[in-house]
Amino acid sequence: MNVIRNVTCPICGTLCDDLEVTVKDNVIVDAANTCAISDAKFMNYSNPKHRNLTPLVRKNGELRETSLEEAIKKSAEILVDASYPILYGWSCTSCEAISAGVELAEEIGGVIDNTSTVCHGPSILSIQNVGIPTSTLGQIRHRADLIIYWASDPYSAHPRHMERYTAFSNGRFQKSEWAHYVARLRGILGKKRLSRASELVLMKEAELPVVSGGKLPPKFETDKRKLIVVDVRKTRSAELADFFIQVEPNKDFELIQALRLLVRDEEVETDQVAGVPVSLLEDVADTMIGCDFGVLFFGVGLTMSSGKLQNIDAAIALTRDLNYRTKFVIMPMRGHFNVAGANIVSTWQTGYPFAVDFSQGYPRYNPGETSAVDILSRDEADASLIVASDPVSNFPRRAVENLVKNPLIAIDPVVSPTTAMADVVLPSAFVGIEEGGTAYRMDRVPLPMKKLVDPPQNCLSDREILQRILHHVKRLRAQRGIA
Amino acid sequence: MKGLLVKDGFVFDPMNNVAGEKMDIAICNGKIVEKIDNCGVIDASGMTVMPGGVDLHSHIAGSKVNSGRLLRPEDHYKDVERKTPVTRSGVGYSIPSTFTTGYRYARMGWTTVMDPAMAPLKAKHTHEELNDTPILDKGSYPLLGSNWFVLEHLRAKEYKDAAAYVAWIMRATKGYAIKLVNPGGLEAWGFGRNVRDIDDPVPNFDITPREIIQGLCKVNQLLSMPHTIHVHTNNLGKPGNYTATLETMKSVENLANNGKPNIHLTHCQFSAFAGEDWRSFRSGSEEIAKYVNDHTHVTLDLGQIVFTNTTTMTADGPFQFILYQMTGNKWVNNDVEIETSSGIVPFQYKRKNYVHAIQWTIGLELALQIRDPWKVFITTDHPNAGPFTAYPRIVAWLMSRKARDEIMKKINKKARARALLPSIDREYTLDEIAIATRAGQAKILGLENKGHLGMGADADIAIYNINPEKKDLASNPKAIRRAFSNAAYTIKAGEIVVKDGEITKSVVGRTYWTNVKASPSLLEIEPELQEVFEEYYTVKFDNYIVPNHHLSAANPITVEGRV
Repeated sequence: MNVIRNVTCPICGTLCDDLEVTVKDNVIVDAANTCAISDAKFMNYSNPKHRNLTPLVRKNGELRETSLEEAIKKSAEILVDASYPILYGWSCTSCEAISAGVELAEEIGGVIDNTSTVCHGPSILSIQNVGIPTSTLGQIRHRADLIIYWASDPYSAHPRHMERYTAFSNGRFQKSEWAHYVARLRGILGKKRLSRASELVLMKEAELPVVSGGKLPPKFETDKRKLIVVDVRKTRSAELADFFIQVEPNKDFELIQALRLLVRDEEVETDQVAGVPVSLLEDVADTMIGCDFGVLFFGVGLTMSSGKLQNIDAAIALTRDLNYRTKFVIMPMRGHFNVAGANIVSTWQTGYPFAVDFSQGYPRYNPGETSAVDILSRDEADASLIVASDPVSNFPRRAVENLVKNPLIAIDPVVSPTTAMADVVLPSAFVGIEEGGTAYRMDRVPLPMKKLVDPPQNCLSDREILQRILHHVKRLRAQRGIA
Repeated sequence: MKGLLVKDGFVFDPMNNVAGEKMDIAICNGKIVEKIDNCGVIDASGMTVMPGGVDLHSHIAGSKVNSGRLLRPEDHYKDVERKTPVTRSGVGYSIPSTFTTGYRYARMGWTTVMDPAMAPLKAKHTHEELNDTPILDKGSYPLLGSNWFVLEHLRAKEYKDAAAYVAWIMRATKGYAIKLVNPGGLEAWGFGRNVRDIDDPVPNFDITPREIIQGLCKVNQLLSMPHTIHVHTNNLGKPGNYTATLETMKSVENLANNGKPNIHLTHCQFSAFAGEDWRSFRSGSEEIAKYVNDHTHVTLDLGQIVFTNTTTMTADGPFQFILYQMTGNKWVNNDVEIETSSGIVPFQYKRKNYVHAIQWTIGLELALQIRDPWKVFITTDHPNAGPFTAYPRIVAWLMSRKARDEIMKKINKKARARALLPSIDREYTLDEIAIATRAGQAKILGLENKGHLGMGADADIAIYNINPEKKDLASNPKAIRRAFSNAAYTIKAGEIVVKDGEITKSVVGRTYWTNVKASPSLLEIEPELQEVFEEYYTVKFDNYIVPNHHLSAANPITVEGRV
C-alpha cells in the first residue's frame, strides 16, 4: 500500500490538489478528499469496458486491431495527405501534449482548436474586446465578502469550489460560513423529504420552492460573507445561497445591463427586468457597491445562452464599473481540468488562444472562420485528429457528418462515439492518473499532474503518441519533398 | 572540440578595457579561449565585434505577458513570422510569441534576457514559456515587495527569517533576483487601495514601503545575491513622483557596502516625473541624474519610450487601473494571492501628446546626463514603453544628436519648448553603447561570464556591420539603426545562430537561478514554513515548488550567504 499525497485531480477547472490516493499493486484502491465526480473516476478509470486498450485501424469499414507502430504510421499518412486537417480537443490532457499538438499542426499546416471553442470561447472573445479584472482563487478565499455565481452551478459541476475557494473557505480577512450553510443544507434536505412524502401521500405536486422575493433579507446588512446565485432555475447551489435571483431564460443581458445602470447611479424606468423587480436589483446593486471585495463567477449558462459574448462583455463591464466604487473581480468557471492550459499554451506559442490556422505557414486566428465547428460545417477540412475529446457527441449534426465522412484519428483513453466512428484509434494514458504533466487551474495557476500508476500496455501518453506521429510526418514530408 | 575564430574585427569589450582595437576572438566549446587552430573562421574585418547583448528588464514570459498576448489579437495580425526549416512560426509586434521573441532578440545580437516579474505562485508558467524561448539565456525575478511572508518578517524585524524565506523562494521558484514592485502598494490593491508614498503604512500590515525596501536590501546583502534589489518605485507613472524616487534611493544610501551598488531602479523614466498634475507635468530627470552622479549605490535602466502602439503590463495593479481610467482602453487586472497583482492596458504613445513627448525626452535626458555609462542601461521595459525591437532606434538616438533633433522637430510644440534635451550635446560612443547594452548590465546582474570577451567568458558575440574607422556614425544614424537591427552575425555559446539578420540555427538557451548556500539552520525552514503556507495558499506546498527538471536547461548560480 502506498499513499500518494497532494495529488491534483484531473476532472474540472477547480483543480483541487490535495487528494490522497492509495495505490496497491499498480491499482488505485482508495482516494480521499475527492468529490463524487473524481471519486467515480479514480475508482472506475481502469474498467476495461470503457477503455481503449489496443490500437485500431478501420479496414473495409470495420475497426481492426493493429500494432501501435502501424496505427501511428497510418495517422501520419492521413495527416500528410490532407490539405486542411483539424486537430481538436486538448482540454483533458497535459500542456506537454498540447505543445506537441501545436508543433504538429504547424508542421502539417492544419488548424488547431480546443474545446473552449464550444464552451468559454465567447468569454475569450469578450476578454479580447474589453479585458478582464480578475484574480487568483486564493485572493477570493482571503478577501471576498460577496460571492456571486451567475449561470453556474458549482454544487453539481465544480463540487469543491465553494469549499476550497469561496463561501465555505476560511481566509485571512474573511471567515468561513460553513456552519451556517450546513444548517441550511440540513433544513433544505428535511423540507425536501417532507414534500416528497406529502407528494406520495396526497398524490399531488408539492409547491415549488420560493424564488426571489422583492427584497433582500435583513441579514445582508451584516459584514459576513454573502453568497448570491443567479440562474434560470433553482439549482442545488441556489438552494444553498443566501439569496437566489431567478432570471428569465435568455434575459441575462438585460439583467446585467440594469445592474450596470444602477451601479452607475442611473435610473431604471420599469418595474421589472428579466422577471426581477427593480427594487430588488437596487438592493443588489447597493450590496455590490458596499462590499469590500466582490466576485462574480459565471458559467456556460451565460456564454452559451442568447447574446453569447455580449453577455460576457456586459458582465465584465459591470465588474469594471464596480472597480470605481470598490474591489470587484470576475472569473469564468472553466470546465475541463486543463482547458485553461490549452488556451495558455496555444497563446504563448502562436499568439492566439484557440482556433489557430497554420495553413499559410504562420498562425492565423479568426473565430467563426478558423474555428473547428465552422470549418466542419462548411465541409472544408479533409481529415481530423481528435485528442481527449468527443466532438461526435457534442458538435452540431452537420459538423459531425462532415467530420466522420473524412479520415478521422482519435487519441483517447476511453471509448466514445468519436472513437467508435474513427478510422484510427490510438489508446492513450489518463493524464493525472497514468501520466504526469502540467495543467492550469481556472485562475491560470499551474499545477503538476501526477503519475500514480502505470498505464496499460500499449497505452502511451498523448504527448508521446503525438511526438511519434510528428516524427513520422516529418519523415514522410521529407520523402515526398514537401518543405 | 568545436572551434571558431572571429578575425580582424574592431572589438568593443569595455570590461577588459578594449575599445575598438582590431583583434581576433577565439572560441572553443562555447567559451572564449586564448587561441585556436584548425577551425571555422568568420571574417569580421571592417565590422564591430561586441559581447552578446544583455537585457536585464524585459517582460518576455509568464502569466501576465501571456494574458497580454491573449488580450491583443489586433497586435499580432500584421506582424507574422513564417515557419522556416530552422525556425518555428509565430506572431510579433508588442508582445511576440515565445519563439519569435527568441529569434528577434538574436537577430539584433542580444543573447541574454531577464524577465523581471514572476509571481512565485505562477513560476512554473514563466519557466514553461522561457523553455520555449529559443537561443537566449534567461532568468526571472520573483515579486517579493508585497509578499505576506516578507511583510510579516520585516515588520517584526526578523531579517534572518526573511532572508531564509527569500533563499527558499529562489530555490522553490528558480528565481534569480529580488523584485519589488510598488512595495506594499500591491497588497493594498487587494482591497482596491494603494499606498501614497514611501512612508504610508500598508493597510492591515503596519509596515511602510521604506521599511520593505530597506529590509529586502539588507536581505539581499545577507544572501550575497548576484544582483541588487530590482525596484519599481511607489507612485510610478504619477506627476511629481521623482521625489518618491529620490527618497527610495536615499533610503538605502546608508546600507551600501564599500560604495557598491545595492539598488537598481528600473524603467526610471516612469519614475522621473515632476510637476503637480498632467498640466504642469515636466521632467524630473535633472534631479535624479544629479543624485545618481553623486552616489555610487544606485544603477538604473531607462524604460525609454518610443512613439508606437504598445501594450503596458506591470505587476503594479493600481497604476494600470489609472492607465485604464485615462485611456478607456481594455483593461486586464490579475491579483495573485499572498504575493502580487498585475495589470495590462494597450497604449499608444503619440509624438503630438505633450505628456508622451516629455516622457520621450526624460529617458534620453537620464541617459545623457548620467555621466558614468556603467550606471544607466538601455531598456524599453519591453513592452511597456515600446517593444524591445526598438533598441536600435534608441542606440541611434543616444549616439547621434542629429537623430534626436529629427524627432525633436516632430514632437509636441510645448514639450519641445520646455524640454531640457535640446541643450544636451553629448553623444554616446560605441564603447559606451557596449557598456549600456551589455557590459554594464551583465556586471550589475552578477553574470560573470556574460557581457565581456575575456578568457573563459561565454562565447556570446554580436558582430555588427559598422566600421568605426570609416563612418562618422553620429551624422549617419540610419546606418546605426540598420546595423543594430540586423546583426551580421550572432554567436551563441560558440554557435552561429544568426547570419545577415537571418536565423541560421536555433539552439536551447539556459535558465539562470540563484541557489543560496547558507548556514544549515537558515535552510531548514521548510517544516515551519509549510505550516503557515498551507494556511495561506490554495495550493499545496509540494505543488508550489518548481522542480529543477521543469527547466529545459537549468543553470543554478551558487552564492554563499553571509548569515
